[in-house]
Amino acid sequence: MWALATRLGLRSWLGWRRGFTSKADPQGSGRVTAEVIEHLERLALVDFGSQEAVARLEKAIAFADRLRAVDTDGVEPMESVLEDRCLYLRSDSVVEGNCAEELLQNAHQVVEEYFVAPPGNISLPKQDEQEPFSDN
Amino acid sequence: MTSRTERRGVSAALKQGQITPTELCQKCLSLIKKTKFLNAYITVSEEVALKQAEESEKRYKKGRSLGDLDGIPIAVKDNFSTSGIETTCASNMLKGYVPPYNATVVQKLLDQGAVLMGKTNLDEFAMGSGSTDGAFGPVKNPWSYSKQYREKRKQKPHGEKEDSDWLITGGSSGGSAAAVAAFTCFAALGSDTGGSTRNPAAHCGVVGFKPSYGLVSRHGLIPLVNSMDVPGILTRCVDDAAIVLGMLAGHDPKDSTTIQDPVKPFTLPTLTDVSKLCIGIPKEYLAPELSGEVRSFWSKAANLFESEGAKVIEVSLPHTSYSIVCYHVLCTSEVASNMARFDGLEYGHRCDINVSTEAMYAATRREGFNDVVRGRILAGNFFLLKENYENYFIKAQKVRRLIANDFVKVFNSGVDVLLTPTTLRGAAPYLEFIKEDNRTRSAEDDIFTQAVNMAGLPAVSVPVALSNLGLPIGLQFIGRAFCDQQLLKIAKWFEKQVQFPVIQLQELMDDGSSISEIEKLASVSLKH
Repeated sequence: MWALATRLGLRSWLGWRRGFTSKADPQGSGRVTAEVIEHLERLALVDFGSQEAVARLEKAIAFADRLRAVDTDGVEPMESVLEDRCLYLRSDSVVEGNCAEELLQNAHQVVEEYFVAPPGNISLPKQDEQEPFSDN
Repeated sequence: MTSRTERRGVSAALKQGQITPTELCQKCLSLIKKTKFLNAYITVSEEVALKQAEESEKRYKKGRSLGDLDGIPIAVKDNFSTSGIETTCASNMLKGYVPPYNATVVQKLLDQGAVLMGKTNLDEFAMGSGSTDGAFGPVKNPWSYSKQYREKRKQKPHGEKEDSDWLITGGSSGGSAAAVAAFTCFAALGSDTGGSTRNPAAHCGVVGFKPSYGLVSRHGLIPLVNSMDVPGILTRCVDDAAIVLGMLAGHDPKDSTTIQDPVKPFTLPTLTDVSKLCIGIPKEYLAPELSGEVRSFWSKAANLFESEGAKVIEVSLPHTSYSIVCYHVLCTSEVASNMARFDGLEYGHRCDINVSTEAMYAATRREGFNDVVRGRILAGNFFLLKENYENYFIKAQKVRRLIANDFVKVFNSGVDVLLTPTTLRGAAPYLEFIKEDNRTRSAEDDIFTQAVNMAGLPAVSVPVALSNLGLPIGLQFIGRAFCDQQLLKIAKWFEKQVQFPVIQLQELMDDGSSISEIEKLASVSLKH
């Protein structure tokens, strides 16, 4: 039951992606095109899920655009407030470990001492492709 | 109510046998049960706490207590890893996740004999300024049920609980702030990335301290923004915060961003003469949205220092108005990276899809994260795209340097400490707060607090007074990097001057518990 519901959920999510149209948002920058959406969803492996989420991203970008007004000529980027100090490096000696069993306990699918992952190198279907999911 | 100057230290009481750790633990557990409606705790570790209390009691009987925190109930925000105790970050992604190790700061507290009451509620993954967006529901501000607030609203304190208009705690460490404010513990750990410790502290009338970046270990704190996160400390008075800081500060080999300078526990000296101090008032913090009341308290505080002989001057932090924008870009970018670890394979939630790793990751993350988290991940990924990297991420890093330099210039000109508001106004009713989305609210509410995180400076919010509505207002002191002790010294002096009132919680007094017992808990700190 649960697996079926999840598949349906995924299907409706993909359906949304297929049916998406970019609407101009008066507060937005119009930069979040369908292409950008698809690209971001694949990079982040997190979906927008709704038109509202796209609108929120547009607003976030418009907000960030305010930085353009700042004059940063000749200014170096700052990565850390501790940039003037040396990062501590501890000596390369093994002082802990051997806790495979403990670590494996938190995973859902485990076989012996392996985490089980589904097959890799399969891209998410593109917007206009049929979903290739077979019944599990 | 007992005034603060008459309080007895609970540490002293434990040492003298006036109360045992088990009794103290049980009192706090009972208070947690009575205040369950606040939703401050996600997990109450009752068995663990009683066992720790028992061990503490044995130590006291042998005269071998570990120190000021031995037997003292504490709470920890649920984004700190606690061995054997579920750690969820208030997210579906980590429901059921039990870490196999303690965060360094948690371990340090436990090594001092502290008794862990439980894990407190927060905004999901510490993203938010209300503690309203977690998977376990919002946290209610104890002041919603205080006599002080209800009298102002002309509500019968003993009447039907009018619950629809309850107030938020602020966030994201709202659970910790509420836990401390409601006397269920003496100190709580929060985290502070953009103000997440100081904001709820101000709204809940407690002390919220953010140490200098690099002073306290982040190992075990589930990261949000690696270059800004710090563990925060919430207590009912500044002295207690100093005691906790003394135990937590110091280099941790497991966190290479902790400085290596030696740090020793310290007793906070009492400042009596402020005439040698120079207090800076940043003029750009006089925001138009600042409420008249907060502005007035800010002004009175400045006058107080001046009247006691301190030099109070106006200073300028010119890039203040860009600070929140810069924070927004850097925060979402680092979040996009930090949240990538949640893929369902090694820990946390995993969906049922097994077609491909990508499909599994995508569905797991959709099910596990709420809208706020997903929104930030997507925004962060946008700013990190090749075509945007220079114009957004690098640009924000450059602006960060300008902001940090603003502070350096001000402190180099002889200012010891900056005095600013913590929040724009008092705690808002939940129904009002949720009218705007999380990002908008965070941008509004973090306005006075996030620049401090970008510069890595220490800062503390101290409760000042009650507003016209009977709600706490806090003011913020910002110190020089690694001058945390001096900052707390000044905050302690100020706290003594303002004598912030103790919250009167009718709920706790209604069921016949002896008032003196509640008073005892209400008015004590760890030490005199």
